[in-house]
Amino acid sequence: MSAAADPFQHPSAGKLRLFPATRRLEGAPVLLDVRNVSVDFVGDGSAPAHAVADVSFTLREGEMLGLVGESGCGKTTLMLSILRLLPQAGRITSGQVLLDGRDLLSLSERQIEEVRWKEISFIFQGAMNALNPVRTIGDQIGEAIVCHNLARSRAWLGERVRELLELVGIGGGRKDQYPHQYSGGMRQRAMIAMALACNPRIVIADEPTTALDVMIQAQILELLDSLRTRLGLSVILVTHDLGVVAEVCDAVLVMYGGVTAEYADVDTVFNHPQHPYTQQLLGAFPDLTRPKNRLLAIPGYPPRLDALPPGCRFAPRCPAAFDRCHREQPDLHRLDPFHWASCHLVEPG
Amino acid sequence: MAERAEITSFRGAWTSLWRNRIGILGLAMLLISIAVAIFAPWIAPYDPKAPVRVTIDDIYARPSAAHRLGTDDAGKDVLSNFIFGSRVSLIVGFFASFISIAIGGTIGIVAGFYGGRVENVLMRLTDIMLVIPDLPLAVVLVALTRPRLLNIIFVIGILGWTGTARLVRSQTLSVKERKFILRARAIGAGNIYIIRRHLLPLVLPLMVANTVLVISLAILNESTLSFLGLSDPTTLSWGQMLNFAFTRGAMSSGAWWVLVPPGFGIVWVVLGCTLLGHGLEQVLNPRLETHHLAVGKQMVARREVGMP
Repeated sequence: MSAAADPFQHPSAGKLRLFPATRRLEGAPVLLDVRNVSVDFVGDGSAPAHAVADVSFTLREGEMLGLVGESGCGKTTLMLSILRLLPQAGRITSGQVLLDGRDLLSLSERQIEEVRWKEISFIFQGAMNALNPVRTIGDQIGEAIVCHNLARSRAWLGERVRELLELVGIGGGRKDQYPHQYSGGMRQRAMIAMALACNPRIVIADEPTTALDVMIQAQILELLDSLRTRLGLSVILVTHDLGVVAEVCDAVLVMYGGVTAEYADVDTVFNHPQHPYTQQLLGAFPDLTRPKNRLLAIPGYPPRLDALPPGCRFAPRCPAAFDRCHREQPDLHRLDPFHWASCHLVEPG
Repeated sequence: MAERAEITSFRGAWTSLWRNRIGILGLAMLLISIAVAIFAPWIAPYDPKAPVRVTIDDIYARPSAAHRLGTDDAGKDVLSNFIFGSRVSLIVGFFASFISIAIGGTIGIVAGFYGGRVENVLMRLTDIMLVIPDLPLAVVLVALTRPRLLNIIFVIGILGWTGTARLVRSQTLSVKERKFILRARAIGAGNIYIIRRHLLPLVLPLMVANTVLVISLAILNESTLSFLGLSDPTTLSWGQMLNFAFTRGAMSSGAWWVLVPPGFGIVWVVLGCTLLGHGLEQVLNPRLETHHLAVGKQMVARREVGMP
């Protein structure tokens, strides 16, 4: 089968070599450019909750971006807003999401449906809930192909589903089984197969390893990483596990309370973190090379979205906070060509 | 392959229904009455439509060898009337309940799935239908449209959907919030597709269980209308038998054999439906679905340990 004839053959498949992280961040063309996106949740009468405020990032071809932050800091909301799949109350109030220079936020509903899954697909959090319990796995994997009218025949679809399952390491013969007949790790693999059904260029994985034990976690991440290389995917990995990020990601976006705390390549974030939140987060992570170190805990709770502090959102919990932090929101400062942090302490000049 | 998987799951539902004694009892009762209705011409000793030559002794004759359940006011065999009467009750029950389920199911799914103003309008309509007393309205409608079998079915059908609509709506609301619906949306699936392939498979079992309960209601309604004299005069039903018994002096002449069989028939079918309906509800309710864990003796399969 020639590459041109097969709609599922990715144009860059096979051509892409595994670049070192920095090469991947600098050399490859920008695929997805998210600029100053803000998302509000509007309630009945009450003031809107600013779930995501002014977040920007870029995703290059072949890059794996880690999105880190506490629960409720807007990670999933930001990801869903890229595909315009927010809950009823969600409103994208500003910003642009550029895919190949085309703004996804100004497309019509019909046009965005073409982008969903064909260009950008999503691996949902909690595989059990994202699978319909009364339909077979194969049926649900093939669903995207059917919905986009890409299926050539029933036999072809069955073969394609089998191929997708084998791609994620599940025997093709198990496609006619139901979700309850799969183990947790297999369900997650099935979700990944589902995400690959229409050969997207970008896969957003929303906490794909939550509720799995470390062995299966490692397998799933390895799978994602190898698929990225084999299929030339770009991946956004949403997680709260810094270890995962250090292992597989090229760049890291740290979010706190709906805003960017720090955004840089993975080496910078882990070796020279500038934002106190990132520093504390890393301190709360066990380091095998320094077993004597005490683990830190960040006191307090993340801010409530309806009662945000007037200044920096992290100020109430920040050990380095001073007067200005409680009054004034810090801007996002560019410290290096590829290093941003929003903190008054790193203000240049 | 796909067929096999469906059969196993169907068989699973069947085995758990088999374990549900009450449900099986209801199913048996219903099957018996359906068999009686189908094979009525062969079972019944007399043809109720055939003209009979009557003497005064044949009117309200006590049960005898020739007439196992006696005769009625026209000297006709009660047992034959009873057997043929099951046909109308069941026909009305089934068809009217299908109308009810179709209307109620559609309204429930549309209201639950689309929400907002659509839901508001549809559920207020349901509320209005719910507070209007069914029986007087049915009496008026049947009287206005002439009591023909088709009209009776239709009137009972369009008055009995409210419960189904509310039930289906509540199930739709809970299924709608499940994550795989969001996933299907993300995949690019349209509303119709999501309703058909994701929502319906989870709502349908509930509707099936509900159908059986609605059938019993419809049969009861038909009997009531017939008893009130609003039956199709060309057909024979249990409610009509009761009506004739009441209006033509069976009570005063102490002919209990004319009253008891139709009453028993109604109770039998309605009870059968109710038992089966509750049984099905337990079997098909997805929340009570068993998982892939099994129980049984075969599980401990270690070799017999020899005594020392």
